[in-house]
Amino acid sequence: MRFMIIVKATKESETGANPSAEMLAKMGNFNEELVKAGIMLDAAGLASSSKGARVRFSGAKRTVIDGPFTEAKELVAGYWIWQCKSLAEAVEWVKRCPDPHPGSADSEIEIRQINDLSDFPELVDEARAIQGRLAASTK
Amino acid sequence: MTDTARTIEAIYRIESPKLIARLARITRDVGQAEELAQDALVTALERWPIEGVPDNPAAWLVQTAKHRAIDLIRRRQRFDKIGEQLGHEPRENETETAERVIDQLDDRLDDPIGDELLGLVFVACHPVLSNEARVALTLRLVGGLTVEEIAKAFLVPAPTIAQRIVRAKKQLADANVPFEVPRGDELAVRLASVLEVVYLIFNEGYAASAGAEWTRPELCDDALRLGRVLAELAPNEPEVHGLVALMEIQASRLAARIAPDGTPILLLDQNRARWDWLLVRRGLAALDRAFALAPPGSRGPYVMQAAIAACHGRAREASATDWARIAALYGELAAAAPSPIVELNRAVAVGMAEGPAAALAILDNPALQRALADYHLLPSVRGDALAKLGRVAEARAELERAAELATNARERDLLVERARRLG
Repeated sequence: MRFMIIVKATKESETGANPSAEMLAKMGNFNEELVKAGIMLDAAGLASSSKGARVRFSGAKRTVIDGPFTEAKELVAGYWIWQCKSLAEAVEWVKRCPDPHPGSADSEIEIRQINDLSDFPELVDEARAIQGRLAASTK
Repeated sequence: MTDTARTIEAIYRIESPKLIARLARITRDVGQAEELAQDALVTALERWPIEGVPDNPAAWLVQTAKHRAIDLIRRRQRFDKIGEQLGHEPRENETETAERVIDQLDDRLDDPIGDELLGLVFVACHPVLSNEARVALTLRLVGGLTVEEIAKAFLVPAPTIAQRIVRAKKQLADANVPFEVPRGDELAVRLASVLEVVYLIFNEGYAASAGAEWTRPELCDDALRLGRVLAELAPNEPEVHGLVALMEIQASRLAARIAPDGTPILLLDQNRARWDWLLVRRGLAALDRAFALAPPGSRGPYVMQAAIAACHGRAREASATDWARIAALYGELAAAAPSPIVELNRAVAVGMAEGPAAALAILDNPALQRALADYHLLPSVRGDALAKLGRVAEARAELERAAELATNARERDLLVERARRLG
Protein backbone atom coordinates (compact mmCIF):
# COMPACT_ATOMS: atom_id res chain seq x y z
CA MET A 1 0.00 0.00 0.00
CA ARG A 2 1.00 3.58 -0.61
CA PHE A 3 1.30 6.40 1.85
CA MET A 4 1.69 10.13 1.54
CA ILE A 5 4.09 11.35 4.20
CA ILE A 6 3.28 15.00 4.76
CA VAL A 7 5.84 17.29 6.35
CA LYS A 8 3.90 20.14 7.96
CA ALA A 9 5.10 23.70 7.65
CA THR A 10 6.23 25.82 10.57
CA LYS A 11 6.52 29.59 11.03
CA GLU A 12 10.21 29.27 10.18
CA SER A 13 9.70 27.20 7.04
CA GLU A 14 7.04 29.68 5.91
CA THR A 15 9.60 32.50 5.95
CA GLY A 16 11.11 30.86 2.88
CA ALA A 17 14.54 30.58 4.52
CA ASN A 18 16.70 27.74 3.21
CA PRO A 19 17.24 24.79 5.54
CA SER A 20 20.76 24.52 7.03
CA ALA A 21 23.47 22.52 5.29
CA GLU A 22 23.47 20.13 8.24
CA MET A 23 19.73 19.56 7.87
CA LEU A 24 20.07 18.95 4.14
CA ALA A 25 22.84 16.40 4.74
CA LYS A 26 20.76 14.55 7.33
CA MET A 27 17.71 14.49 5.06
CA GLY A 28 19.91 13.34 2.21
CA ASN A 29 21.08 10.36 4.25
CA PHE A 30 17.54 9.52 5.28
CA ASN A 31 16.35 9.69 1.67
CA GLU A 32 19.17 7.37 0.70
CA GLU A 33 17.99 4.86 3.34
CA LEU A 34 14.47 5.05 1.92
CA VAL A 35 15.72 4.39 -1.60
CA LYS A 36 17.89 1.48 -0.42
CA ALA A 37 14.89 -0.02 1.34
CA GLY A 38 12.92 0.16 -1.91
CA ILE A 39 10.02 2.11 -0.39
CA MET A 40 10.57 5.61 -1.81
CA LEU A 41 8.46 6.33 -4.88
CA ASP A 42 8.45 10.10 -5.02
CA ALA A 43 9.37 13.19 -3.01
CA ALA A 44 9.04 16.94 -3.28
CA GLY A 45 9.57 20.03 -1.18
CA LEU A 46 7.08 22.86 -1.50
CA ALA A 47 7.82 26.58 -1.73
CA SER A 48 6.34 28.74 1.03
CA SER A 49 2.65 29.58 0.78
CA SER A 50 3.49 33.16 -0.26
CA LYS A 51 4.07 31.66 -3.72
CA GLY A 52 0.73 29.80 -3.68
CA ALA A 53 -2.97 30.53 -3.94
CA ARG A 54 -6.30 29.10 -2.81
CA VAL A 55 -9.54 28.82 -4.68
CA ARG A 56 -12.64 28.88 -2.47
CA PHE A 57 -15.83 27.24 -3.74
CA SER A 58 -19.25 28.52 -2.82
CA GLY A 59 -22.05 27.38 -5.11
CA ALA A 60 -21.20 28.64 -8.57
CA LYS A 61 -18.84 31.26 -7.19
CA ARG A 62 -15.03 30.83 -7.22
CA THR A 63 -12.92 33.16 -5.08
CA VAL A 64 -9.16 33.23 -5.50
CA ILE A 65 -7.13 34.02 -2.38
CA ASP A 66 -3.43 34.66 -2.88
CA GLY A 67 -0.86 33.44 -0.34
CA PRO A 68 0.75 33.67 2.11
CA PHE A 69 -1.58 31.90 4.52
CA THR A 70 -1.48 32.00 8.28
CA GLU A 71 -1.79 28.90 10.52
CA ALA A 72 1.54 27.41 9.42
CA LYS A 73 0.87 23.99 10.89
CA GLU A 74 -2.12 23.54 8.59
CA LEU A 75 0.20 24.02 5.64
CA VAL A 76 2.32 21.44 3.86
CA ALA A 77 6.06 21.98 3.46
CA GLY A 78 6.83 18.83 1.53
CA TYR A 79 5.83 15.23 0.97
CA TRP A 80 7.04 11.75 0.15
CA ILE A 81 5.15 8.92 -1.53
CA TRP A 82 6.16 5.59 0.00
CA GLN A 83 5.22 2.01 -0.67
CA CYS A 84 5.03 0.16 2.66
CA LYS A 85 3.54 -3.12 3.84
CA SER A 86 1.50 -1.46 6.59
CA LEU A 87 0.80 1.80 8.41
CA ALA A 88 2.99 0.48 11.25
CA GLU A 89 5.92 0.20 8.85
CA ALA A 90 5.40 3.76 7.59
CA VAL A 91 5.26 4.95 11.23
CA GLU A 92 8.55 3.19 12.01
CA TRP A 93 10.23 4.85 9.02
CA VAL A 94 8.93 8.29 9.99
CA LYS A 95 10.32 7.80 13.51
CA ARG A 96 13.76 7.41 11.89
CA CYS A 97 13.39 10.66 9.97
CA PRO A 98 15.53 13.56 11.21
CA ASP A 99 13.42 16.35 12.73
CA PRO A 100 12.49 18.37 9.62
CA HIS A 101 12.31 21.63 11.60
CA PRO A 102 14.85 21.30 14.42
CA GLY A 103 14.28 23.89 17.13
CA SER A 104 10.66 24.47 16.19
CA ALA A 105 8.02 23.59 18.77
CA ASP A 106 5.43 22.37 16.26
CA SER A 107 7.48 20.21 13.92
CA GLU A 108 5.17 17.45 12.73
CA ILE A 109 4.89 14.78 10.04
CA GLU A 110 1.54 13.28 9.09
CA ILE A 111 1.09 9.85 7.51
CA ARG A 112 -1.90 9.25 5.26
CA GLN A 113 -2.75 6.12 3.30
CA ILE A 114 -3.34 6.71 -0.40
CA ASN A 115 -6.64 5.24 -1.54
CA ASP A 116 -6.50 2.43 -3.97
CA LEU A 117 -9.60 1.75 -6.01
CA SER A 118 -9.60 -1.75 -4.56
CA ASP A 119 -10.27 -0.22 -1.11
CA PHE A 120 -13.72 0.75 -2.41
CA PRO A 121 -15.37 -2.19 -4.14
CA GLU A 122 -18.44 -0.12 -5.00
CA LEU A 123 -16.26 2.60 -6.55
CA VAL A 124 -14.40 0.03 -8.58
CA ASP A 125 -17.70 -1.16 -10.00
CA GLU A 126 -18.66 2.42 -10.75
CA ALA A 127 -15.27 3.14 -12.34
CA ARG A 128 -15.53 -0.02 -14.38
CA ALA A 129 -19.00 0.89 -15.51
CA ILE A 130 -17.79 4.33 -16.63
CA GLN A 131 -14.85 2.74 -18.36
CA GLY A 132 -17.19 0.29 -20.06
CA ARG A 133 -19.41 3.15 -21.32
CA LEU A 134 -16.36 5.06 -22.53
CA ALA A 135 -15.04 2.02 -24.34
CA ALA A 136 -18.45 1.42 -25.95
CA SER A 137 -18.79 5.06 -27.06
CA THR A 138 -15.39 5.12 -28.75
CA LYS A 139 -15.92 1.95 -30.76
CA MET B 1 -2.78 -8.05 16.98
CA THR B 2 -1.89 -5.43 19.58
CA ASP B 3 -0.28 -2.12 18.62
CA THR B 4 3.06 -3.23 20.08
CA ALA B 5 2.96 -6.50 18.17
CA ARG B 6 2.26 -4.56 14.97
CA THR B 7 5.15 -2.23 15.75
CA ILE B 8 7.48 -5.15 16.41
CA GLU B 9 6.45 -6.79 13.16
CA ALA B 10 7.13 -3.54 11.26
CA ILE B 11 10.52 -3.09 12.91
CA TYR B 12 11.45 -6.67 12.15
CA ARG B 13 10.44 -6.20 8.51
CA ILE B 14 12.73 -3.17 8.24
CA GLU B 15 15.65 -4.60 10.24
CA SER B 16 15.67 -8.36 9.64
CA PRO B 17 17.40 -8.43 6.23
CA LYS B 18 20.29 -6.30 7.57
CA LEU B 19 20.35 -8.26 10.84
CA ILE B 20 20.41 -11.65 9.10
CA ALA B 21 23.05 -10.45 6.64
CA ARG B 22 25.22 -9.23 9.52
CA LEU B 23 24.83 -12.46 11.47
CA ALA B 24 25.47 -14.58 8.39
CA ARG B 25 28.79 -12.80 7.92
CA ILE B 26 29.81 -14.20 11.31
CA THR B 27 28.15 -17.62 11.30
CA ARG B 28 28.68 -18.22 7.54
CA ASP B 29 25.35 -20.05 7.66
CA VAL B 30 22.25 -18.18 6.50
CA GLY B 31 19.86 -20.64 8.11
CA GLN B 32 21.51 -20.27 11.48
CA ALA B 33 21.67 -16.48 11.07
CA GLU B 34 17.92 -16.38 10.44
CA GLU B 35 17.25 -18.51 13.52
CA LEU B 36 19.34 -16.15 15.65
CA ALA B 37 17.42 -13.17 14.27
CA GLN B 38 14.18 -15.02 14.97
CA ASP B 39 15.29 -15.65 18.56
CA ALA B 40 15.90 -11.93 18.96
CA LEU B 41 12.42 -11.27 17.57
CA VAL B 42 10.83 -13.72 20.03
CA THR B 43 12.66 -12.00 22.89
CA ALA B 44 11.38 -8.63 21.67
CA LEU B 45 7.84 -9.99 21.51
CA GLU B 46 8.17 -11.15 25.14
CA ARG B 47 9.78 -8.03 26.54
CA TRP B 48 8.71 -4.95 24.55
CA PRO B 49 5.00 -5.21 25.41
CA ILE B 50 6.02 -5.00 29.11
CA GLU B 51 9.12 -2.79 28.99
CA GLY B 52 8.12 -0.62 26.06
CA VAL B 53 9.73 -0.38 22.63
CA PRO B 54 13.39 0.74 23.00
CA ASP B 55 14.46 4.08 21.50
CA ASN B 56 16.81 2.35 19.09
CA PRO B 57 15.09 -0.95 18.32
CA ALA B 58 17.60 -1.85 15.58
CA ALA B 59 20.56 -1.73 17.99
CA TRP B 60 18.54 -3.67 20.57
CA LEU B 61 17.85 -6.47 18.09
CA VAL B 62 21.53 -6.62 17.07
CA GLN B 63 22.68 -6.79 20.70
CA THR B 64 20.17 -9.51 21.55
CA ALA B 65 21.04 -11.57 18.49
CA LYS B 66 24.72 -11.15 19.28
CA HIS B 67 24.23 -12.60 22.77
CA ARG B 68 22.37 -15.53 21.26
CA ALA B 69 25.21 -16.08 18.80
CA ILE B 70 27.76 -16.08 21.63
CA ASP B 71 25.66 -18.54 23.65
CA LEU B 72 25.40 -20.79 20.64
CA ILE B 73 29.14 -20.77 19.95
CA ARG B 74 30.04 -21.37 23.61
CA ARG B 75 27.64 -24.27 23.75
CA ARG B 76 29.14 -25.67 20.56
CA GLN B 77 32.64 -25.34 22.02
CA ARG B 78 31.60 -27.22 25.16
CA PHE B 79 30.23 -30.03 23.00
CA ASP B 80 33.42 -30.03 20.98
CA LYS B 81 35.51 -30.36 24.16
CA ILE B 82 33.43 -33.31 25.26
CA GLY B 83 33.89 -34.73 21.78
CA GLU B 84 37.65 -34.29 21.98
CA GLN B 85 37.75 -36.02 25.35
CA LEU B 86 35.91 -38.90 23.70
CA GLY B 87 38.55 -38.93 20.97
CA HIS B 88 36.63 -37.20 18.14
CA GLU B 89 38.35 -34.82 15.73
CA PRO B 90 37.79 -31.17 16.57
CA ARG B 91 35.29 -29.36 14.35
CA GLU B 92 36.36 -27.17 11.52
CA ASN B 93 34.97 -24.00 13.09
CA GLU B 94 36.52 -24.67 16.46
CA THR B 95 38.74 -21.63 16.04
CA GLU B 96 35.61 -19.51 16.02
CA THR B 97 35.56 -18.00 19.46
CA ALA B 98 32.84 -16.13 21.23
CA GLU B 99 35.25 -13.22 21.60
CA ARG B 100 35.77 -12.98 17.87
CA VAL B 101 32.03 -12.73 17.40
CA ILE B 102 31.86 -9.93 19.96
CA ASP B 103 34.67 -8.05 18.21
CA GLN B 104 33.25 -8.43 14.74
CA LEU B 105 29.72 -7.44 15.65
CA ASP B 106 30.88 -4.45 17.67
CA ASP B 107 33.23 -3.24 14.97
CA ARG B 108 30.77 -3.64 12.23
CA LEU B 109 27.54 -2.48 13.79
CA ASP B 110 27.54 0.75 11.80
CA ASP B 111 29.42 -0.53 8.76
CA PRO B 112 27.87 -0.18 5.38
CA ILE B 113 26.58 -3.68 4.79
CA GLY B 114 25.73 -3.55 1.09
CA ASP B 115 27.93 -6.53 0.27
CA GLU B 116 26.45 -8.65 3.06
CA LEU B 117 22.90 -7.89 1.95
CA LEU B 118 23.85 -8.73 -1.61
CA GLY B 119 25.43 -11.96 -0.33
CA LEU B 120 22.13 -12.76 1.36
CA VAL B 121 20.25 -12.19 -1.91
CA PHE B 122 22.61 -14.50 -3.80
CA VAL B 123 22.27 -17.27 -1.23
CA ALA B 124 18.46 -17.01 -1.09
CA CYS B 125 18.33 -17.25 -4.90
CA HIS B 126 20.97 -19.97 -5.18
CA PRO B 127 20.50 -22.29 -8.18
CA VAL B 128 20.72 -25.45 -6.01
CA LEU B 129 17.23 -24.55 -4.75
CA SER B 130 13.95 -25.09 -6.58
CA ASN B 131 12.04 -22.04 -7.85
CA GLU B 132 9.45 -22.43 -5.09
CA ALA B 133 12.17 -22.56 -2.44
CA ARG B 134 14.05 -19.59 -3.87
CA VAL B 135 10.88 -17.49 -4.01
CA ALA B 136 9.87 -18.29 -0.42
CA LEU B 137 13.36 -17.82 0.98
CA THR B 138 13.90 -14.52 -0.85
CA LEU B 139 10.60 -13.05 0.34
CA ARG B 140 11.35 -14.23 3.88
CA LEU B 141 15.03 -13.27 4.20
CA VAL B 142 15.36 -10.31 1.87
CA GLY B 143 11.77 -9.03 1.77
CA GLY B 144 11.25 -9.48 5.52
CA LEU B 145 7.79 -10.99 4.95
CA THR B 146 6.29 -13.28 7.56
CA VAL B 147 5.61 -16.92 6.71
CA GLU B 148 1.87 -16.13 6.96
CA GLU B 149 2.17 -13.27 4.48
CA ILE B 150 4.02 -15.44 1.96
CA ALA B 151 1.48 -18.23 2.42
CA LYS B 152 -1.41 -15.84 1.85
CA ALA B 153 0.20 -14.41 -1.27
CA PHE B 154 0.67 -17.86 -2.81
CA LEU B 155 -2.64 -19.26 -1.54
CA VAL B 156 -1.04 -22.18 0.30
CA PRO B 157 -1.21 -23.12 4.00
CA ALA B 158 1.40 -21.44 6.22
CA PRO B 159 3.00 -24.75 7.34
CA THR B 160 3.74 -25.51 3.67
CA ILE B 161 5.77 -22.30 3.35
CA ALA B 162 7.43 -22.86 6.74
CA GLN B 163 8.50 -26.34 5.62
CA ARG B 164 9.69 -25.05 2.27
CA ILE B 165 11.93 -22.55 4.08
CA VAL B 166 13.28 -25.12 6.55
CA ARG B 167 14.06 -27.53 3.71
CA ALA B 168 15.72 -24.78 1.67
CA LYS B 169 17.95 -23.78 4.57
CA LYS B 170 18.95 -27.39 5.09
CA GLN B 171 19.71 -27.81 1.40
CA LEU B 172 21.93 -24.72 1.47
CA ALA B 173 23.79 -26.06 4.51
CA ASP B 174 24.16 -29.54 2.98
CA ALA B 175 25.49 -28.08 -0.27
CA ASN B 176 27.96 -25.93 1.69
CA VAL B 177 26.84 -22.85 -0.22
CA PRO B 178 29.30 -20.10 0.70
CA PHE B 179 28.02 -16.78 1.99
CA GLU B 180 29.56 -14.41 -0.53
CA VAL B 181 29.01 -12.27 -3.57
CA PRO B 182 30.11 -14.29 -6.61
CA ARG B 183 32.78 -12.74 -8.82
CA GLY B 184 33.93 -12.90 -12.41
CA ASP B 185 32.05 -15.12 -14.83
CA GLU B 186 30.01 -16.66 -12.05
CA LEU B 187 28.49 -13.28 -11.19
CA ALA B 188 26.53 -13.06 -14.46
CA VAL B 189 25.09 -16.55 -14.07
CA ARG B 190 24.13 -16.05 -10.43
CA LEU B 191 22.72 -12.59 -11.08
CA ALA B 192 20.48 -14.09 -13.78
CA SER B 193 19.21 -16.52 -11.16
CA VAL B 194 18.41 -13.64 -8.77
CA LEU B 195 16.59 -11.64 -11.45
CA GLU B 196 14.64 -14.73 -12.44
CA VAL B 197 13.36 -15.15 -8.87
CA VAL B 198 12.29 -11.50 -8.60
CA TYR B 199 10.51 -11.66 -11.97
CA LEU B 200 8.83 -14.94 -10.99
CA ILE B 201 7.38 -13.21 -7.93
CA PHE B 202 6.27 -10.28 -10.06
CA ASN B 203 4.61 -12.46 -12.66
CA GLU B 204 2.78 -14.49 -10.04
CA GLY B 205 1.20 -11.17 -9.06
CA TYR B 206 0.76 -9.88 -12.59
CA ALA B 207 -0.85 -12.97 -14.09
CA ALA B 208 -1.67 -15.19 -11.13
CA SER B 209 -1.37 -18.87 -11.91
CA ALA B 210 -3.70 -19.85 -9.06
CA GLY B 211 -6.78 -18.52 -7.31
CA ALA B 212 -9.91 -16.66 -8.35
CA GLU B 213 -8.27 -13.28 -8.90
CA TRP B 214 -6.49 -12.71 -12.16
CA THR B 215 -3.89 -10.42 -10.57
CA ARG B 216 -2.46 -10.06 -7.05
CA PRO B 217 -1.00 -6.54 -6.98
CA GLU B 218 0.56 -7.01 -3.56
CA LEU B 219 2.98 -9.59 -4.98
CA CYS B 220 3.88 -7.13 -7.73
CA ASP B 221 4.63 -4.56 -4.99
CA ASP B 222 6.81 -7.10 -3.15
CA ALA B 223 8.75 -7.90 -6.32
CA LEU B 224 9.15 -4.22 -7.17
CA ARG B 225 10.47 -3.49 -3.72
CA LEU B 226 12.99 -6.36 -4.03
CA GLY B 227 14.00 -5.09 -7.46
CA ARG B 228 14.51 -1.54 -6.21
CA VAL B 229 16.60 -2.82 -3.28
CA LEU B 230 18.67 -4.86 -5.71
CA ALA B 231 19.19 -1.86 -7.99
CA GLU B 232 20.83 -0.02 -5.08
CA LEU B 233 22.92 -3.06 -4.07
CA ALA B 234 24.20 -3.69 -7.61
CA PRO B 235 23.98 -0.23 -9.20
CA ASN B 236 26.37 -1.05 -12.05
CA GLU B 237 24.41 -3.99 -13.43
CA PRO B 238 22.29 -2.85 -16.41
CA GLU B 239 20.05 -5.93 -16.32
CA VAL B 240 18.99 -5.13 -12.73
CA HIS B 241 17.82 -1.67 -13.82
CA GLY B 242 16.28 -3.27 -16.90
CA LEU B 243 14.21 -5.62 -14.75
CA VAL B 244 13.14 -2.78 -12.44
CA ALA B 245 12.13 -0.69 -15.47
CA LEU B 246 10.19 -3.58 -16.95
CA MET B 247 8.33 -4.25 -13.68
CA GLU B 248 7.57 -0.56 -13.01
CA ILE B 249 6.12 -0.10 -16.49
CA GLN B 250 4.14 -3.35 -16.43
CA ALA B 251 2.83 -2.61 -12.93
CA SER B 252 1.65 0.82 -14.12
CA ARG B 253 -1.02 -1.00 -16.15
CA LEU B 254 -2.37 -3.19 -13.33
CA ALA B 255 -5.55 -1.17 -12.79
CA ALA B 256 -6.27 -0.86 -16.51
CA ARG B 257 -5.95 -4.44 -17.63
CA ILE B 258 -9.07 -6.03 -16.18
CA ALA B 259 -12.58 -5.54 -17.58
CA PRO B 260 -15.71 -5.20 -15.37
CA ASP B 261 -16.43 -8.91 -15.85
CA GLY B 262 -12.89 -9.86 -14.77
CA THR B 263 -11.52 -10.63 -18.23
CA PRO B 264 -8.14 -9.26 -19.30
CA ILE B 265 -8.04 -6.10 -21.45
CA LEU B 266 -5.29 -6.17 -24.09
CA LEU B 267 -2.63 -3.46 -24.05
CA LEU B 268 -3.94 -1.55 -27.08
CA ASP B 269 -7.51 -1.55 -25.73
CA GLN B 270 -6.62 -0.26 -22.27
CA ASN B 271 -7.82 3.11 -20.97
CA ARG B 272 -4.44 4.79 -20.54
CA ALA B 273 -5.87 7.40 -18.18
CA ARG B 274 -6.00 4.54 -15.69
CA TRP B 275 -2.31 3.74 -16.01
CA ASP B 276 -0.19 4.70 -13.03
CA TRP B 277 1.93 7.45 -14.56
CA LEU B 278 4.15 7.72 -11.47
CA LEU B 279 5.27 4.14 -12.13
CA VAL B 280 5.66 4.81 -15.87
CA ARG B 281 7.94 7.75 -15.03
CA ARG B 282 9.95 5.62 -12.59
CA GLY B 283 10.23 2.87 -15.20
CA LEU B 284 11.51 5.26 -17.86
CA ALA B 285 14.09 6.63 -15.37
CA ALA B 286 15.27 3.09 -14.55
CA LEU B 287 15.55 2.35 -18.28
CA ASP B 288 17.69 5.47 -18.75
CA ARG B 289 20.06 4.14 -16.07
CA ALA B 290 20.22 0.75 -17.81
CA PHE B 291 20.87 2.35 -21.21
CA ALA B 292 23.64 4.53 -19.75
CA LEU B 293 25.37 1.40 -18.41
CA ALA B 294 24.99 -0.77 -21.50
CA PRO B 295 25.71 0.51 -25.01
CA PRO B 296 23.56 -0.77 -27.91
CA GLY B 297 24.50 -4.31 -28.90
CA SER B 298 25.40 -5.29 -25.32
CA ARG B 299 21.90 -4.94 -23.86
CA GLY B 300 20.44 -7.99 -22.18
CA PRO B 301 16.90 -9.38 -22.42
CA TYR B 302 15.43 -7.46 -19.45
CA VAL B 303 16.76 -4.15 -20.74
CA MET B 304 15.36 -4.89 -24.20
CA GLN B 305 11.97 -5.98 -22.88
CA ALA B 306 11.85 -2.82 -20.78
CA ALA B 307 12.75 -0.72 -23.83
CA ILE B 308 9.81 -2.28 -25.70
CA ALA B 309 7.46 -1.74 -22.74
CA ALA B 310 8.69 1.87 -22.57
CA CYS B 311 7.57 2.49 -26.18
CA HIS B 312 4.03 1.75 -25.07
CA GLY B 313 4.58 3.74 -21.87
CA ARG B 314 5.56 6.82 -23.84
CA ALA B 315 2.42 6.67 -26.00
CA ARG B 316 -0.45 8.56 -24.37
CA GLU B 317 -2.80 6.89 -26.85
CA ALA B 318 -2.51 3.50 -28.55
CA SER B 319 -2.52 5.21 -31.96
CA ALA B 320 0.63 7.16 -30.99
CA THR B 321 2.69 3.96 -30.55
CA ASP B 322 6.06 3.99 -32.32
CA TRP B 323 5.77 0.57 -33.98
CA ALA B 324 8.86 0.98 -36.15
CA ARG B 325 10.97 1.41 -33.02
CA ILE B 326 9.25 -1.54 -31.32
CA ALA B 327 9.95 -3.71 -34.39
CA ALA B 328 13.63 -2.66 -34.32
CA LEU B 329 13.85 -3.38 -30.58
CA TYR B 330 12.35 -6.85 -31.08
CA GLY B 331 15.07 -7.41 -33.67
CA GLU B 332 17.69 -6.45 -31.08
CA LEU B 333 16.01 -8.63 -28.43
CA ALA B 334 15.98 -11.56 -30.86
CA ALA B 335 19.74 -11.10 -31.26
CA ALA B 336 20.31 -11.00 -27.46
CA ALA B 337 17.91 -13.82 -26.59
CA PRO B 338 16.60 -15.60 -29.69
CA SER B 339 13.22 -17.27 -29.28
CA PRO B 340 10.32 -18.10 -31.60
CA ILE B 341 7.95 -16.12 -29.31
CA VAL B 342 10.13 -13.02 -29.71
CA GLU B 343 10.08 -13.57 -33.47
CA LEU B 344 6.28 -13.84 -33.43
CA ASN B 345 6.06 -10.57 -31.48
CA ARG B 346 8.47 -8.97 -33.92
CA ALA B 347 6.17 -10.02 -36.77
CA VAL B 348 3.22 -8.28 -35.03
CA ALA B 349 5.26 -5.08 -34.56
CA VAL B 350 6.56 -5.17 -38.16
CA GLY B 351 2.98 -5.68 -39.32
CA MET B 352 1.87 -2.57 -37.42
CA ALA B 353 4.83 -0.55 -38.74
CA GLU B 354 5.11 -1.71 -42.35
CA GLY B 355 1.87 -3.51 -43.12
CA PRO B 356 0.60 -7.12 -43.30
CA ALA B 357 2.82 -8.26 -46.19
CA ALA B 358 5.99 -7.57 -44.19
CA ALA B 359 4.55 -9.44 -41.20
CA LEU B 360 3.66 -12.40 -43.39
CA ALA B 361 7.22 -12.61 -44.70
CA ILE B 362 8.43 -13.22 -41.14
CA LEU B 363 5.57 -15.57 -40.21
CA ASP B 364 6.12 -17.78 -43.27
CA ASN B 365 9.62 -18.71 -42.17
CA PRO B 366 9.55 -22.56 -42.05
CA ALA B 367 11.75 -22.67 -38.92
CA LEU B 368 9.24 -20.47 -37.07
CA GLN B 369 6.34 -22.58 -38.36
CA ARG B 370 8.00 -25.73 -37.01
CA ALA B 371 8.94 -24.19 -33.64
CA LEU B 372 5.41 -22.90 -33.01
CA ALA B 373 3.47 -25.70 -34.72
CA ASP B 374 1.20 -26.19 -31.69
CA TYR B 375 0.94 -22.55 -30.62
CA HIS B 376 -2.43 -21.00 -31.42
CA LEU B 377 -1.11 -17.42 -31.61
CA LEU B 378 0.93 -18.15 -34.75
CA PRO B 379 -2.10 -18.98 -36.95
CA SER B 380 -4.04 -16.25 -35.15
CA VAL B 381 -1.49 -13.56 -36.07
CA ARG B 382 -1.06 -15.03 -39.55
CA GLY B 383 -4.84 -15.08 -40.02
CA ASP B 384 -4.99 -11.37 -39.16
CA ALA B 385 -2.29 -10.52 -41.68
CA LEU B 386 -4.02 -12.58 -44.41
CA ALA B 387 -7.38 -10.94 -43.66
CA LYS B 388 -5.84 -7.48 -44.01
CA LEU B 389 -4.44 -8.54 -47.40
CA GLY B 390 -7.94 -9.61 -48.49
CA ARG B 391 -7.01 -13.31 -48.66
CA VAL B 392 -10.24 -14.19 -46.83
CA ALA B 393 -10.44 -17.96 -47.37
CA GLU B 394 -6.86 -18.50 -46.18
CA ALA B 395 -7.43 -16.15 -43.24
CA ARG B 396 -10.53 -18.07 -42.15
CA ALA B 397 -8.66 -21.39 -42.34
CA GLU B 398 -5.85 -19.96 -40.16
CA LEU B 399 -8.26 -18.61 -37.54
CA GLU B 400 -10.10 -21.93 -37.43
CA ARG B 401 -6.80 -23.72 -36.95
CA ALA B 402 -5.93 -21.27 -34.16
CA ALA B 403 -9.28 -22.02 -32.48
CA GLU B 404 -8.51 -25.74 -32.60
CA LEU B 405 -5.13 -25.17 -30.94
CA ALA B 406 -6.32 -22.74 -28.24
CA THR B 407 -6.58 -24.32 -24.79
CA ASN B 408 -8.40 -21.48 -23.05
CA ALA B 409 -12.17 -21.62 -23.71
CA ARG B 410 -12.62 -17.84 -23.79
CA GLU B 411 -9.82 -17.43 -26.31
CA ARG B 412 -11.20 -20.26 -28.46
CA ASP B 413 -14.64 -18.60 -28.59
CA LEU B 414 -13.05 -15.32 -29.66
CA LEU B 415 -11.13 -17.02 -32.48
CA VAL B 416 -14.23 -18.88 -33.72
CA GLU B 417 -16.11 -15.58 -33.68
CA ARG B 418 -13.35 -13.82 -35.67
CA ALA B 419 -13.33 -16.62 -38.26
CA ARG B 420 -17.14 -16.44 -38.56
CA ARG B 421 -17.11 -12.66 -39.03
CA LEU B 422 -14.84 -13.01 -42.08
CA GLY B 423 -17.95 -14.45 -43.76
